[in-house]
Amino acid sequence: MESLRKYLDKIKPNFEEGGKHPKLKSTFEAFESFLFVPNETTGAKGAHIRDAVDLKRTITMVIIALLPALFFGMWNVGYWHHAMTGEEAGFFSNLFYGLGQVLPIIAVSYISGLFLEFMFAQIRKEQVNEGFLATGLLIPMIVPVDCPLWMVAVATMFAVLIGKEVFGGTGMNIVNPALLARAFLFFAYPGKMSGDKVWVAGYGDADKVVDGFSGATPLGELAHGTAFDALTAGNEQLSVLDMFLGYMPGSIGETSTLCILIGAIFLICTGVASWKIMFSGVLGVLAMGALLNVFGTEAYTQIPFWSHLLLGGFAFGIVFMATDPVTAAQTETGKWIYGFLIGVVAILVRVVNPAFPEGVMLAILLMNVCAPLIDHIVVRQNVNRRLNRAKAAVASK
Amino acid sequence: MAQTKNSELIKNPLNLNNPITVQVLGICSALAVTVKLEPAIVMAISVTVVTALSNLIISLIRNTIPSRIRIIVQLMVVSFLVILVDQVLKAFMYELDKALSVYIGLIITNCIVMGRLEAFALGNKPLPALLDGIGNGLGYGLILVIVAFVRELFGSGQLFGFQIIPQACYDLGYENCGFMLNPPMALILIGVVIWIQRSKMKELQEK
Repeated sequence: MESLRKYLDKIKPNFEEGGKHPKLKSTFEAFESFLFVPNETTGAKGAHIRDAVDLKRTITMVIIALLPALFFGMWNVGYWHHAMTGEEAGFFSNLFYGLGQVLPIIAVSYISGLFLEFMFAQIRKEQVNEGFLATGLLIPMIVPVDCPLWMVAVATMFAVLIGKEVFGGTGMNIVNPALLARAFLFFAYPGKMSGDKVWVAGYGDADKVVDGFSGATPLGELAHGTAFDALTAGNEQLSVLDMFLGYMPGSIGETSTLCILIGAIFLICTGVASWKIMFSGVLGVLAMGALLNVFGTEAYTQIPFWSHLLLGGFAFGIVFMATDPVTAAQTETGKWIYGFLIGVVAILVRVVNPAFPEGVMLAILLMNVCAPLIDHIVVRQNVNRRLNRAKAAVASK
Repeated sequence: MAQTKNSELIKNPLNLNNPITVQVLGICSALAVTVKLEPAIVMAISVTVVTALSNLIISLIRNTIPSRIRIIVQLMVVSFLVILVDQVLKAFMYELDKALSVYIGLIITNCIVMGRLEAFALGNKPLPALLDGIGNGLGYGLILVIVAFVRELFGSGQLFGFQIIPQACYDLGYENCGFMLNPPMALILIGVVIWIQRSKMKELQEK
């Protein structure tokens, strides 16, 4: 540690004004603060206290919370691949196969995104922000495992450029960049982002597939009119416990509600994510699911209302995407409305609109855009309430 | 305004005073007709003809129009020109006219045409008005061509209907970007053009 610090101090003058590489200053700073706590304290006249929990620590918490779902996702990738080819495989060979499939996607997403982040930081002479470290891990977790790497790169760059940099970088974006990448992929390359071939690694060009194997996600099957009790994963019956634990094909990180729940508890305990958004989101799903149960006429609307929580990307979306503090509603009342509407719209799109098998992505993006409006209404209401109170007080005197 | 050089009247709308990226007029048709280059260019020429001639005609009769009914007179002139353009296209380029469908007719409501009539032709002599119309039409066309170029190249892999991206790329796993064919992408592309233009030109940056 000591020698590393000394080495950094030695090369630091190179990046100052007048040094050899003044243009790379923000790159150097990014790596320095990656290795050491930034050496900044509140000035003698400062009115605020500088906390040790900066953006970097917050993002680290998010990444730790993502790990259970990520590792389960890797195992799941290996499991379904081997189930498709009919090979016998143990726990570790499943995990390592998944690792081999998922790591390249993570690497591509980080490299392409960080390249743009560093480039813009240099041009604007700003610090490199850590926000992308979470985005770069979220993107691989919400794409199908068979998504070609170049598509991941294009989508990541699009998201960083159009989702973030045009608005001024981390903390200024209107919509969640990871979801924007997912939405871009969905609309640009629908063939690679939906259907029943893309969710199992190597299914698209497999020579031999086990008899009766289907790579469709439960939501895909439901959209095609399969009854809830007859849902399958691969060639087996899918039980409710399987749905909760995540033994089903789907995007890499979103299948296991259990692992996401662990992440959610971690995020709530560390105070990173808002429990109000998560809780009201769950309420929204249950309300909309129940409403469809009562008034719906098609088979799809009659599936148990709570099962919407276990299927598809809702759990992942509401825990890791909707709670993004930049794009979510900021007021406390606003968070309830924002989360609730995400749940309602997600299930509405999922069940009622046949063009989209899953609505969570669209629901969160839509509510991201509406979040400032929700905040505005909440703040105005508060202002009006206090104004009325003041008026009443004046009138009674 | 009267002192502006004639060459400036053509040049300004191409860049510093571009109808789409600076005045932000005529966005609607720019989103609709830019999926492919060919209709985009036909559209650009049609709009140029209409703006130029309507500017000229309105400028010629500007002193005789009572100002209370000037919008009606302008609409008469513009719709007469648009119908002419539409008939010419129907006669000589029937397929393209079908592809552009209602958008030729909607040139009447294109904000650039009315905008230039109100802002320029009513107060200037015929020659500058004609040049201003040509300039604004070309400025509109320039953005249309840029957007259509990107959208056709990445959305269909073609330019003017000819395959540009070789089959070998598709065999390697390349796919056309379906999002490019959707109007939202045109909006994003125009946004990017505005972004690049403003970051290059200091005069356009708002403080």
